[in-house]
Amino acid sequence: MTVALSGGEIAARLEERFPGSVVESGQDSLLVKSESLRAAAGFLKTAPGLEFDYLTAITGVDYYDYFEVVYQLTSIRHNHSLVVKARCYGRGNPALPSVVSLWQGADFQEREIYDLMGIRFEGHPNLKRIVLWDGFTGYPLRKDYLQW
Amino acid sequence: MEIEERAGLYIYSDTQLDKEEGERIEALKASSQQPLPDPDRWLDEELRRHILLTSVDAVLNWARRSSLWPVVCFPACCAFEFITTAASRFDISRFGMEIIRGSPRQADLMITAGTLTWKMAPQVRRIYDQMAEPKWVIAMGACAISGGIFASSYSVVPGYSRIIPVDVYVPGCPPRPEALLYGIRLMQDKIAKRSIITED
Repeated sequence: MTVALSGGEIAARLEERFPGSVVESGQDSLLVKSESLRAAAGFLKTAPGLEFDYLTAITGVDYYDYFEVVYQLTSIRHNHSLVVKARCYGRGNPALPSVVSLWQGADFQEREIYDLMGIRFEGHPNLKRIVLWDGFTGYPLRKDYLQW
Repeated sequence: MEIEERAGLYIYSDTQLDKEEGERIEALKASSQQPLPDPDRWLDEELRRHILLTSVDAVLNWARRSSLWPVVCFPACCAFEFITTAASRFDISRFGMEIIRGSPRQADLMITAGTLTWKMAPQVRRIYDQMAEPKWVIAMGACAISGGIFASSYSVVPGYSRIIPVDVYVPGCPPRPEALLYGIRLMQDKIAKRSIITED
């Protein structure tokens, strides 16, 4: 059984390495600042004892005031998992750093989130619509999306 | 939001392909806002039907309805009910339909088993256009009739009749194989009433 690591313990290690990078942490997740997401993700992937080498899923959530992107990380070597979150504010042009260079599996999922929620992933090699067609207006999984 | 052009990755520009695909879909969507009329005008034309050629019609229609070959158009879950209908328990080969063609050129019946999205719609329209005349369409299931539970979705075509003329509607979500068989029998009855002098 995969052990779900506590966000608080990991947050302490992250804070030690990148001061000010963690916004809040709890039993089951850890919220990092969007500016330090790329560095924190790189640390989580390579740090001894953590080595999250597998990205299970990325999810986008619309909370009206902000968008939250949830990264579910798994370490196949240590058989443990962690939930990392990042927020981006503003509905006009929300953006987060891309993690495709760390985990290839993020490629299509980030494109899907861009497609359906309109969150831009800076540094993505091929950020364009994946499910809907080119020329579709709007982002249908946003809470305020209405077509009629 | 603007998307940057990626240059030099392929011999063609996939950005250009995406753009053309999007334009094709938007054009089809714009021209498909109203359902097409069902092709059953000739069913009422009793007078013209009885003028002449009845025996020719009878033989021709018998031949046509007795070996309907369906083309593969199974975008979603109704396909499993179709597969059950085609398998040994319900066995549509009793109606001369055991050959399900992978090529629309060899088929004369399209059983549209499943939800259709606007992104897929141009391809289905193209398959229909590639089928040789005379050709018929059975809309199978709630999604094929009206879009079903996805009727108000941003991406689902509200009924196949928006893009292709439908002859028989088989309701259900999904329809039981018996319902599909009944729809096929209705299709055959409809073909039996067709007359070559009233064909468009």
